[in-house]
Amino acid sequence: MSNVAAHSHVAHQFDDAAQQRRAVTLGMWVFLVTELMMFGGLFTAYVLYRSSFPDAFAAASHHLDATLGAANTLVLLGSSLTMALAVRSSQLGSRGGTVAGLLATIVLGCAFLGVKAYEYAHKFEEGLVPGPHFHFPGAEANHAELFFSLYFAMTGLHALHMVVGAGVLAVLTVMAARGRFSADYHNPVEIGGLYWHFVDIVWIYLFPLLYLLGRH
Amino acid sequence: MEPTDKRKHYLNADYGIRSWLLTLDHKRIALLYLISITLMFLLGSLFAVLIRLELLTPAGDFVQADTYNKLFTMHGIVMIFFFLVPSIPAVFGNFLLPLMIGARDLAFPRLNLMSWYVYMVGAAFTMWAVLTGGVDTGWTFYTPYSTTASHSNVMATAIGIFITGFSSILTGLNFIVTIHTMRAPGLTWFRLPLFVWAHYATSLIMILGTPVIAITIFLVGVERAFHLGIFDPALGGDPILFQHLFWFYSHPAVYIMILPSMGVVSEIITCFARRRIFGYGFIAASSLAIAIFGFLVWGHHMFTSTQSVYAALIFSVLSFAVAIPSAVKVFNWTATLYGGSISFQAPMLFALGFIGLFTIGGLTGLFLAALGLDVHVHDTYFVVAHFHYIMVGGALMGYLGAVHFWWPKITGRMYSEWAARVSAVLVFVGFNLTFFPQFVLGYLGMPRRYHAYPDEFQVLNVMSTTGASILGVGYMVPLCYLIWSLWRGAVAAPNPWRATGLEWQTPSPPPTENFARTPVVTEEAYAYPLKEAELV
Amino acid sequence: MPKFSLFPESASTIAGQVDALFFFMIAVSAFFGLLIAGLIVFLSIRYRRRAGSNEAGDPVHVPIALEAAWTVIPLAITMVMFYWGASVYMTMARPPDDAHEIFVVGKQWMWKLQHLEGRREINELHVPVGQPIKLTMTSEDVIHSFYVPAFRIKSDVVPGRYSTAWFEATQVGTYHLFCAEYCGTEHSQMIGSVIVMDPSDFQTWLSGTDADAGMAASSPKDTGQQLFTQKGCATCHRGVSGSMGPALAGVFGRERTFADGSKAVADEAYLRQSILSPQAHVVAGYQPVMPTFQGQIDEEGMLALIQYIKSLPAETSPGPEKQG
Repeated sequence: MSNVAAHSHVAHQFDDAAQQRRAVTLGMWVFLVTELMMFGGLFTAYVLYRSSFPDAFAAASHHLDATLGAANTLVLLGSSLTMALAVRSSQLGSRGGTVAGLLATIVLGCAFLGVKAYEYAHKFEEGLVPGPHFHFPGAEANHAELFFSLYFAMTGLHALHMVVGAGVLAVLTVMAARGRFSADYHNPVEIGGLYWHFVDIVWIYLFPLLYLLGRH
Repeated sequence: MEPTDKRKHYLNADYGIRSWLLTLDHKRIALLYLISITLMFLLGSLFAVLIRLELLTPAGDFVQADTYNKLFTMHGIVMIFFFLVPSIPAVFGNFLLPLMIGARDLAFPRLNLMSWYVYMVGAAFTMWAVLTGGVDTGWTFYTPYSTTASHSNVMATAIGIFITGFSSILTGLNFIVTIHTMRAPGLTWFRLPLFVWAHYATSLIMILGTPVIAITIFLVGVERAFHLGIFDPALGGDPILFQHLFWFYSHPAVYIMILPSMGVVSEIITCFARRRIFGYGFIAASSLAIAIFGFLVWGHHMFTSTQSVYAALIFSVLSFAVAIPSAVKVFNWTATLYGGSISFQAPMLFALGFIGLFTIGGLTGLFLAALGLDVHVHDTYFVVAHFHYIMVGGALMGYLGAVHFWWPKITGRMYSEWAARVSAVLVFVGFNLTFFPQFVLGYLGMPRRYHAYPDEFQVLNVMSTTGASILGVGYMVPLCYLIWSLWRGAVAAPNPWRATGLEWQTPSPPPTENFARTPVVTEEAYAYPLKEAELV
Repeated sequence: MPKFSLFPESASTIAGQVDALFFFMIAVSAFFGLLIAGLIVFLSIRYRRRAGSNEAGDPVHVPIALEAAWTVIPLAITMVMFYWGASVYMTMARPPDDAHEIFVVGKQWMWKLQHLEGRREINELHVPVGQPIKLTMTSEDVIHSFYVPAFRIKSDVVPGRYSTAWFEATQVGTYHLFCAEYCGTEHSQMIGSVIVMDPSDFQTWLSGTDADAGMAASSPKDTGQQLFTQKGCATCHRGVSGSMGPALAGVFGRERTFADGSKAVADEAYLRQSILSPQAHVVAGYQPVMPTFQGQIDEEGMLALIQYIKSLPAETSPGPEKQG
C-alpha cells in the first residue's frame, strides 16, 4: 500500500511516477534551452559591438563597480549552494532542511536584487542611463551609451529572471512546509533548482563580460 | 442517422463555459485554438480584401497611404503570428498528437491551457493596437523605422507578439516532451506517423527560434520606450544586426508554418491512395533536415542589405541545399501514388493541390536563392507571390486538408462532400489567379508595399484582385458547410476514411480519456491496405 | 503612357546576364514543375479507384538508387544555379575602375543625388549611355533601397553606412527609379526616373544649372573644402611634420596602422567613422585628442568632405610623416 501515496502525485496522463519524472525533467531542460537562445540574442549583440568598439566598451565598463559585481557573484554562488542543499534535503525527505535551504536561497536572491537596485540607482545619478539625459565623461560617448544599453538590457533581463525564480521558490517553500514533498516525490524542487542554477550561470557569464573585460 | 446512443465523449463530458475555459483536455484546448485562429484568419482576410481593393487602381485612391501601410502590416502580423504559426500545431497537433501516439493527454495539460491563454493575451494586445490606430512598420519591424520613425502603435503590437511567442514556445516544449516520453507500448520512433515527425521538427524550431524573436522584439520595445539604443546608428548600433536576429527566427518560422502541412499531406495521400508511404525514412529525415538547415539560411533575406559578399555566398549555397529535402518529399509523395487505388474525396483534393502549389512555391524559392537574380526581384511582388505560394498555397492548403480529413474525428459529423470538392477547386483556381500574376509583376519591377504604382502594372493587379475574389468565396464556402454539418451532418463512424493510425481506432468524437485501454502498436505506420479485422 | 508588357526593359550591361539566368531557371523550373504535375495527373488516372477493385497493391519497395537519384540530381542542378547566380552577383558587387561616381542620399521620402561636377538632382538621375556609373549611397533617416528595374540593380541605403551599386546603361531612355525598402507613409512616392542620355547631351546637361538653385552649384569637392576650412580641420591636419593630426593627402585607399597595432584600409566608411568617432581608431603615433563631429555635418556634407579628402593629391614622398 505504500504505492498509494506515490501514485497520488502521478498526474492522470502519466502511466507511472518514472514516466512523469522523465517528462518533467526533460521539459525543464527544453525550457532552459529556450532561455539560452533568448540570452543568446543579447550575447550576440554584445560580442559584435564589443569587437567593433573595444576601447569605448573598456572605458565604459570602468564605470561599473567591480567590487559590488564580485560581491553579487559570491552572493549568487552562495544561493546556488543553498539551493543544492535544499534539493538534497528534499531527496532525503527532510522537510525542515528543504524549507531552510529554499528560504536561504530566496534571501540570497533578494540580496542580489537589492545590490543590483543600488547599482542601478547609482547609474541613474551618474547620468549613465541611456536616453536623452545620458552623459558620459570621456571619448566616444555614443559607443559608451551602446554599452550601457546592453548593460541594462542584459542585467535587466537577468534580474527579471531572478524575480521570477524567487517567486517560484516561494511557492516551493510553502509546498515544502506543508509536507507536499517526500523522498519519493520531490520533482518540483529539483526542476526549480535547475532553473535557479541556470539563472546563476547566466550571471557567471555576465559578470566578467560586463565588469571585468578590458579592465587594467 | 440521428445519434441515439448517449455515449460519453469529450464534447458532452461536461457542459458550461467553465468546463471549456478551465479544461485541461488537449482536445478541448484544440477547439479553443480552432475558434480563436479562425477569428484571426477572418480578420487577416478582411485586411487582405482591403489591400486588394486598393490595388485595383494605380492611384492610391481607395484608402490613404498611412491606412494602406497599416493594412499590409496588420495583415502580415495577424496572418503569420496569430494564424499560420499556431494553425496546424495548436489545433491539429494538440488534438491528434496524444491520439496518434496512444496517450491520454499531452505531457503538461496545464501548460497547454496556459499557452492558449498566453496566445489570447498576446492577441488582445495586438487587437488593442489595431483598434487604437494600428501599426505601420510592416510585419518585419525593420529598425530604425520601427524604433525611431514610426508614429504608430508599435509598442502594443511588439508586446502582443512578444507574449504570443511564449505560447508557441510552450506548445513546442509540450510536444517534444510528449513525443519523447508518452508513446504507447510498441510505438518506436520509426513507427510514428509522419505527422508526428513533422510536429517534432516544428517543435524544435519553435523552441530554438522563438526566444530569439522574443528578445529582438523586446529590444525594439525598450529602444522605443526607454531609448536604449541597441540598433541605433547614431550610437554606432547596427540596424542590420536587427535584420540578422529577426530573420534568424523568421526564416525558420516559414518552416514552422509549412512542416506541419507536410505532415498532414503524408497522412492524407497514403489514406486515399491506399498505399504505404514511399520512402518513410527519407520523408522523416527530410523534416529534421529542413528544421536544421532552416536555421542556417536566414541571410538570404538580406542579399541587398550591404551584408558582406562572402556571407551572401554562404547563405546562397545553403539556401539551395535546403531546397533538396523539400524536393525529396515531393518526389516521395508522388511515388506513393504509384500502384495505389486512388480516390478523390475532398481531403485528397486539398493534399494534391498542396503538392502542386508547394512545388511552384519551392521552385520560385530557387530564383530568390540565386544571388544575381535575387538582387532584381528582392522586395518586389515576386517575393510576395513566392511566399504566398508557400504559406497560403502550401500551409493553408494543408490546413484545409487537415480540417476536412479530421473533421469527422473532431466533431463526430460528416460534411457535404460535394460542397467540399467545390471549395477545393475554387481555392486552387482562385489562388493561382491571385498570385501567379504577381510573379510577372515582380520581375517587371513592381516593389512590394506600394500604395500607389505606375499605370503599366494595373492589368496584372486587376487579375490578381479578381482571383482574390474567387479565393475569398473558396474560403467562405467551407465555413458554411462545416458549421452546417455540426447540426445536420451525418454521424461519423470511428474511421470514415478507413485510415490507419491510432486516432481512428477510438470512437468519433473520442472519449475524454482518448482510449478505453492503452493501445499496443505492433506494426509500422501506413500499413495499407487495412486488414478486414481493423475496419470498424 | 501606360504600356502593358510581361517583361521589363533591359537597359544595362548586367540586365542581359540576369535575364539569361532567369530564363535558365524558368526552363529548369518548368521542366520539374510539369514533371511533377504530369506524374500526379498520370498516376491519379492510371491508379484511380475502380468499382470493386482490389486495393491490395504490391508491397512498396523503395529502391535506394531512386532516392539517391532524386537527391543528387536536384542538388547538382541547384549548384549550377548557385554558381551562375554568384558569378552575376560578384560582377554586380565590383564596380569597374573607370566608373564615374555619383553620390546618393536617401531620406523620407526623396532621393538626393549629386554629380562630382556639381549638379544636384532630386528624384531624377541623368547619366550618359555607355559609361559605368558607381553610386555611393547612404541614408539620413531609415533604410531605403535604390532600385532601377530596367538595370536589374538594387541596393539598400542604410543610415550610418555607405553602400555601393554600379551600372552601365546601354540604351537612351527614361527608366523607373523605385525605393524598394519600406520606409514609411510616402514609400510608394519615393520614386523617380533615371534618364539615360547621349554622352554629348549629357555634357550639355551637366554644364547646365540646377533649376532650384538657379546657379551653378559647387562641386562636392569644393563644398568639402569649404567644410574643411569652416570646421577648422586644417588646424591639426596641416600636412606637415609635427601636426596634431596625421596628414590627409593621399590617405584614401592606403593602409593605416593604429595605436593598438591593428590595421585597416582607409575607405569611405573609415573616413566617416574617423570624423564621427575619432577615438575609435587612432593612427599610431598620434594622441586621441580629436573631438567628434557627430551631429555637426549632414550626410551630404560628409560625402563632400570625404570627396575633398580623396581629391588631395598624394605627396610625392611620404617624407618624415609617421605611419601613412
